[in-house]
Amino acid sequence: MNILTPPRPGLECLAVWRRNALVWRRVMTTSLLFHFAEPLLYLLGIGYGLGRFVGELDGMPYFTFLASGFIAWSAMNVASMESMWSVYTRMVPQQTYEGILATPTKVDDIVFGELLWCGTKSLMSGTAILAVAALLGVVSNWDALLVVPVVFLTGICFAAPGLIVTAYATSYDHFSFYLTLVMTPMFILCGVFYPVASLPDTAQFFVQLLPLTHAVEIIRPIVVGQPITDLGFHLAALVGFGLVTTWIATVLFRRRLIN
Amino acid sequence: MVAVADLSFDIQPQSCFGLLGPNGAGKTTTLRMLLGQSPRSGGVLEVFGQDINHGRRAIRQRTGVVPQADNLDPDFTVRENLAMYGSYFRLDPKVMDERIPTLLDMVELAPRANDRISTLSGGMKRRLTLARALVNDPQLLVLDEPTTGLDPQARHMIWSLIHQMKRSGKTILLTTHYMEEAERLCDDVIVIDEGSLLAKGSPSELIETFCESTVLEIRGDVKEIRIQSLPANWRTEEAGESLYIYADDSQALEDFSKELIGMLCLHRRAMLEDVFLRLTGRALRG
Repeated sequence: MNILTPPRPGLECLAVWRRNALVWRRVMTTSLLFHFAEPLLYLLGIGYGLGRFVGELDGMPYFTFLASGFIAWSAMNVASMESMWSVYTRMVPQQTYEGILATPTKVDDIVFGELLWCGTKSLMSGTAILAVAALLGVVSNWDALLVVPVVFLTGICFAAPGLIVTAYATSYDHFSFYLTLVMTPMFILCGVFYPVASLPDTAQFFVQLLPLTHAVEIIRPIVVGQPITDLGFHLAALVGFGLVTTWIATVLFRRRLIN
Repeated sequence: MVAVADLSFDIQPQSCFGLLGPNGAGKTTTLRMLLGQSPRSGGVLEVFGQDINHGRRAIRQRTGVVPQADNLDPDFTVRENLAMYGSYFRLDPKVMDERIPTLLDMVELAPRANDRISTLSGGMKRRLTLARALVNDPQLLVLDEPTTGLDPQARHMIWSLIHQMKRSGKTILLTTHYMEEAERLCDDVIVIDEGSLLAKGSPSELIETFCESTVLEIRGDVKEIRIQSLPANWRTEEAGESLYIYADDSQALEDFSKELIGMLCLHRRAMLEDVFLRLTGRALRG
C-alpha cells in the first residue's frame, strides 16, 4: 500500500471511538461540569457585561450573537484539544496505538476513530452551550437543535488539522504554537465576537480563508432561527478543508506509526 | 538506515522458533516487519503462506503479539483490557465473555480482574499482556523478549505458559537474549547480528557445530596460566578476570582444573550462551 493512498477506514474505527467513549464515561461528571461551567462563565461575563454597552448586533441582542458564536468556537476548541493533547497521550506515553496496531485494526481506523471521537466531544460541548443558551432565553425554537449535527461535523473538520500537528509533535510544548498561532487568531477574527463584515475589506478576504469563519456563518443563523446565506459555499469550504486535512493527517499518521 | 539486510528463515508450524541476537541486532525490527509495523524496502515476507502486504488483515486475525514494552491500556482494568483488545479484532462480545475468565485463570490474574493496570507488578503486567495476545485464539504467537526484567518466579511462570501454548499446537516465534530461555523453549533458533544471519539450527545442533562440548571457566589470577603450553586443540578466551577453555576432551579438562591451585574453576558442558558469544563476540553493544 502506498503511503499516499486515500484513507480507507473500516468498521474497526468504531472500536477506537468506543474505547475513548468508555474512558470518558469514567470522568463524565467532571467533563460535563467543565462543558457547562466554562461557557456559562464566558456568556454571563462577556455576554451580559459587554452586551450592555453593545446593545444589538446584526439584528439580535449581543448576548445571542455571542452565544451562537461560542457554539462554533467550542466545536473547534474541544476537537483541537482532544486531537492534540489527548491523542498525543494515547500515542506516545501510553503507547495505546502500538498495542492496537498488533490487531486487525489499522492506522486509518485509528485516525477515523479519533476524528469521530473528537466530533463527539464537540457535539457534547456544543449541546451543553446550546442548553445553557436556551435556559437563558436565547434560543427561539426547537429548530436550533439542527445545529447538533453541524457541530459534530465542525468538530471533525477541526480535529483533522489537530492530528496533523500531533503527527509531528515530539512533546506537549509543540501544541502551544498551534494554539497561539492558529487557534487564538481564529477565535478573535472569525466572527465569534463581532461580524466579519465590520473588518476592513482586505482583512475580510483573509478571514474567509479561515475555516472557523464558515462554521460561524452556518451555526449562528441556525441557533437564532435566521436563514443561512450562502450555505453551500460555507459548507463546501468547511468540508473541503476537513477532507484535505483528514487525508494529510492519515498519511502523516501512517508515517509516524509505521516506523 | 538499514536494520535488517540479509536474513532468511522458515518457521515450522507448531514449533517454537527463537530469534537471537545482541541488542541492536535487528530482532525487533524483524518482528515489526513481520507484523507490518515497520516498512521494508525489499525481500519476501510471508506469514501463513500469504504476503504480509496483501494478507495483512487475515494474518493479524490469526496472530497474537506480546511486545517488548508494555502497552496495556492504563485507562482500563485487567478484565476491560482483554475485552477492549477483543473489540479491536471485532470478536463477538459473547465469545469474549466466555474466553476472558479462562484467560485470567490461566495467567493467575482472576483475583485482580477489576484492578487498574497501575496497581499491577511488572510480572503481572507481562502475564496480562500474554493473556491479551491470546484473546483471538491465535495460531501464531509472537513474543518479543517476554521475560526481560522479570524475577525468576515470574520468568518460570511465563516459561510454563509458553510450553502450554506450544502443547496446544500454537506456533511460537520469540526473541530473547537469555540463552537459557532459548535452550529451554526453542526447537529451532537463528542467531543474527547487524541485521544478518550468523547461524541457524536447533540449540543442540548449534552447540555441536560451533562449540567444543565442554568448558572450563577459571576465575582468579588467570595471568599465571601459560596459554601457549596448553594443547593445540583447546580453545581459550580471556574476559577480564576470567579465562574460558573450550575442549572436547572432558577428562583432560577436569584433570587440568585439579592442577590449578587458588583459582575458582567451573567445569560444565557447553551451552547456547557459549555459541552465542562465539558468534557475536564479547564486545559490549550500545
